[in-house]
Amino acid sequence: MMDGFIIRALLAGSAVVTVTGVLGVFLLWRRMAYFGDALSHSALLGVALGILLGGQEYWFVLAVCIVVALLMTRIQRRPELSNDTILGILGHGGLALGLMALHFSTQAGGRSLEAYLFGDILLLQDTDVYFALGLSAVVVGVVWYYWQSLLLMTAHPELAQAEGVNTERLGLIYMLLIALVIAIAMRVVGIFLLTALLIIPAATARRLARTPEQMVFIAIVSGLVALMLGLASSLWWDSPTGPSIVVVAVIEFALVQLIPQR
Amino acid sequence: MSEQVLAALEHVSLRLNQRDILHDISLEVHPAKVLTLIGPNGAGKSSLLKILLGLEQPTVGKVWRKPGLSVGYVPQRFQLEPLMPLTVERFICLGSKPKQSVQSVLQAVGIEQLQQASLQGLSGGEMQRVLLARAILKRPELLVLDEPGQGVDVAGLSELYQLLTQLKNDYDYGVVLVSHDLHLVMAATDQVLCLNTHVCCSGRPDAVTAHPEYLKLFGLPNIEQNLAVYTHHHNHHHGLDGSVIIDSCEGHTHG
Repeated sequence: MMDGFIIRALLAGSAVVTVTGVLGVFLLWRRMAYFGDALSHSALLGVALGILLGGQEYWFVLAVCIVVALLMTRIQRRPELSNDTILGILGHGGLALGLMALHFSTQAGGRSLEAYLFGDILLLQDTDVYFALGLSAVVVGVVWYYWQSLLLMTAHPELAQAEGVNTERLGLIYMLLIALVIAIAMRVVGIFLLTALLIIPAATARRLARTPEQMVFIAIVSGLVALMLGLASSLWWDSPTGPSIVVVAVIEFALVQLIPQR
Repeated sequence: MSEQVLAALEHVSLRLNQRDILHDISLEVHPAKVLTLIGPNGAGKSSLLKILLGLEQPTVGKVWRKPGLSVGYVPQRFQLEPLMPLTVERFICLGSKPKQSVQSVLQAVGIEQLQQASLQGLSGGEMQRVLLARAILKRPELLVLDEPGQGVDVAGLSELYQLLTQLKNDYDYGVVLVSHDLHLVMAATDQVLCLNTHVCCSGRPDAVTAHPEYLKLFGLPNIEQNLAVYTHHHNHHHGLDGSVIIDSCEGHTHG
């Protein structure tokens, strides 16, 4: 009989690697890895606000991520600063603000700062599992609905626009989905390692996939394997769970590189 | 608006950031006719295309498109993101409802052997034909091409225009073609519109080149003294991959 905490970790973890796989491939195709990084860093501000103001931190994280994502699109239109600079300012600005706010909030909601930075998948509550499953169903549903348009926009934005795809709106929807994923995944691997789950399984899949659909599928499978082996390592050797999952994902990536390219 | 027009602009002007991009442009696009837009860089050609396609709204003036008009758009050649795994066939069908087989379209543009090829390995010329195939897959009434001749040498341009003319005859669509090349236009062009914020002149190709406004803008007498059009007498032409194709073996032998 498996313990409840392991079942909760497996359920929430599976939901997380599914959505990071689905959206991670787009992050990779659109060369937006830093975007995910900056957004997840600023999520700590959401956590701090949740603790200071009271209430479910998911909604605060979501709100902060959405505001930061919107700010990014606004500032990106300015020619005097490059994108990576803007991402660095907003991401680290949010992170620093979040760290300050956490420091001054004396009651840290029972969780240590470390739990937010590196995740605490083994300490999840039932509500966390419900949140992860519900929000990831939303993410998968939206991507399913817009799949063809998302692919076309990613392959050729100008062509998509000419053929009637509202690229501005779709770009915004994509950013909101990333914000959702960050809110879901933060508890599992923490804000520092979150981008790893978005990027590494997608990068592993790139070498093996022949179609976009295959790439998503392989990224999800690769994420699931990392989740299970990471959890196992954590249970057997008492290694920190979030980092263990990411290390397994990196090993998978390295192994796939050994396969000769077709 | 008469049935004989696919799209029309009436006294269209566009002002962006206190700059006149387009001033008082009127034009009509007719079925099965070729309209070539030429003009120097910054003449507003791309903006005019965007307005015609409905991607941008003019500041002043009216845009009319035949209700339900289907447009095939061929953007400027580009290097596709090399990270997304897509075959030529998949890319061509992406997000559209094909009205004919992919194979027949690829055959029409001369790249049937690339159907299952990955998009990443394509040359610029092949990519352009893929974009062309994608545009005609849905049998559009109007084909819009943005600078198809960019970065193509004269021999390639001649071959490209030959292909476009043949496709136009087969598919019988109207064509709007944008070019920054002021001197070489497609021979099958029915009307040339010379643009430099306003319409400098328009008419059949020979009429435009003789128009005083055109000569004032682009007629460079000194250059004309120094340059001439040199006619190559090759007995071969080049395939897409650069291979030599002998047209006839009379005259002399290679070797």
